[in-house]
Amino acid sequence: MQRPDMTVTVAGIKMRNPVMTASGTFGYGAEFADYLDLESIGAMITKGLSLKPKAGNPTPRIVETQGGMLNAIGLQNVGIDAFIAEKLPYLKNVATPVIVNLYGNTLEEYGEVASRLDGLEGVAGIEVNISCPNVKQGGIVFGTDPAAAAEVVSLVRRNTSKPMIVKLSPNVTDVVSMARACADAGADALSLINTLTGMAIDLDRRRPVLANVTGGLSGPAIKPVALRMVWQVAKAVKLPIIGIGGIMNARDALEFMLAGATAVQVGTASFLDPAAAQTIAREMEQYLADKGIASVASMIGALES
Amino acid sequence: MQFKSMILSNVELSPGYFRMRMTSPSELLHSVPGQFLMLKVTDSIDPLLRRPFGLFDVGSFQPEYDGCGTRAYTEILYKVVGKGTRRLSTLHHGDLIDLLSPLGKGFDQGPAGEEKILVGGGIGLAPLYYLAKALVGKGEKVRLFAGGRNRDDVLCITEFERLGVETYVSTDDGTLGERGLVTRVLEQHLKPEGQRIFACGPTPMLRAVALMAQGKCVPCQVSMEAGMACGVGACLGCVLKGANHTDETPDYRCVCKDGPVFDSRELQWS
Repeated sequence: MQRPDMTVTVAGIKMRNPVMTASGTFGYGAEFADYLDLESIGAMITKGLSLKPKAGNPTPRIVETQGGMLNAIGLQNVGIDAFIAEKLPYLKNVATPVIVNLYGNTLEEYGEVASRLDGLEGVAGIEVNISCPNVKQGGIVFGTDPAAAAEVVSLVRRNTSKPMIVKLSPNVTDVVSMARACADAGADALSLINTLTGMAIDLDRRRPVLANVTGGLSGPAIKPVALRMVWQVAKAVKLPIIGIGGIMNARDALEFMLAGATAVQVGTASFLDPAAAQTIAREMEQYLADKGIASVASMIGALES
Repeated sequence: MQFKSMILSNVELSPGYFRMRMTSPSELLHSVPGQFLMLKVTDSIDPLLRRPFGLFDVGSFQPEYDGCGTRAYTEILYKVVGKGTRRLSTLHHGDLIDLLSPLGKGFDQGPAGEEKILVGGGIGLAPLYYLAKALVGKGEKVRLFAGGRNRDDVLCITEFERLGVETYVSTDDGTLGERGLVTRVLEQHLKPEGQRIFACGPTPMLRAVALMAQGKCVPCQVSMEAGMACGVGACLGCVLKGANHTDETPDYRCVCKDGPVFDSRELQWS
């Protein structure tokens, strides 16, 4: 039998397979070049960038929890100028789409970062973070109110001709209304979910473990929540969906596709196994071959009821 | 690099402290003392993350079966402190584990002819043995100052002595060596020049050593520890404050990538 067709297209970005690396878990790509073939994955999403460099939160910033981890990194990043000068030249030589994750401390900053990236060679698209739970600005305000989200998305839309993905927070009452607001405001695709707000306590010291007190929960523990949200949003909006949340292996990834995702992002799994994204893509192909399924695209939304 | 290792031995040296030897690719023979590894103690998701350990020793051994040349091994020294290390302590000869190694920046061993002063607290001795071996191999004079709460915390001293390292031991309760802090013993041996300090241990000890070294103008490197998820500089979970860090002008250093070994003047100790 022929090898299954693994290609998918999200917001006009053609990918060799549906496996992308999630923002904040894959550095700027080069960190992982010793461990996997960067040209074996569907797309790379950079650490979230802001207009100015950002130092991030005090420590401790991470803690392992049952089946997951909490992080409160605080969007530490090199800033847009250093990214363009120091990180992008390397990425231009990698034949894999690079999607830049961005956020702003203010509404205006979102627009400014987007316009700096517009027309930049080597940037296949942008992912707008309106959902970081760990900083006061830079996300959560815009990520929990449909009207505020629509305002950010339409501003970014006016400042870019690049494909625009909007990354949604699960820390909302109704993810579908957020998804609709972003879709109506001009998003080309939606990625979900970002981390779930959580907390860890050190019993003996009677203190929160994280300096930030709360953090974002990721890893296998959040997969059922993520699957549910992807399924709800995929039914409600026409845009392509990128499924994120606790994907550790090919079966997890394909479950997200059944729920309606066109592609997936692998995050925490890259911490445990730096080659996870490549392995997952290869094993997805193997699964399809074993089942006699000709194309991965046929899995999208193919959940039976 | 990422590879699978077979455990060759996993022995409890003193209550709660283990020494584990595992097979390694020969590339590890080119690792630098002070570098570390990340290992996955289980294929399951609990515990989820890898655990970092300093390289205690790297070398070659002759496998028991015939027909093969020598093979490389890596050793770690660890203390059972939680879920991951408890699980690790139950593994046996023949078990396979997944490793990332060598990671991070090791010790700068400095010019020849200096007196090399190693300062280790408890499990912090681990990376110092590999360092001592390298320094002794180059003909350097090496002294070790080892401290712990009691004699169970002071490990592998005979191993250092076998290398020809002059050792000074102190414990909080006096059950081994001098009674008191390792830094008090160290202070008596510091000279204005011709020495270089390499320290690893609990942060309060490292702070005391770093400040003492700075006061006496002795070059000092410290090997730091921090909770980390990835070990390759991506998660940014393991950062420490750089010397000039302020809330307005933050300066964070990654333990996994910028360290784990730092010049003590690079970090903020207050």
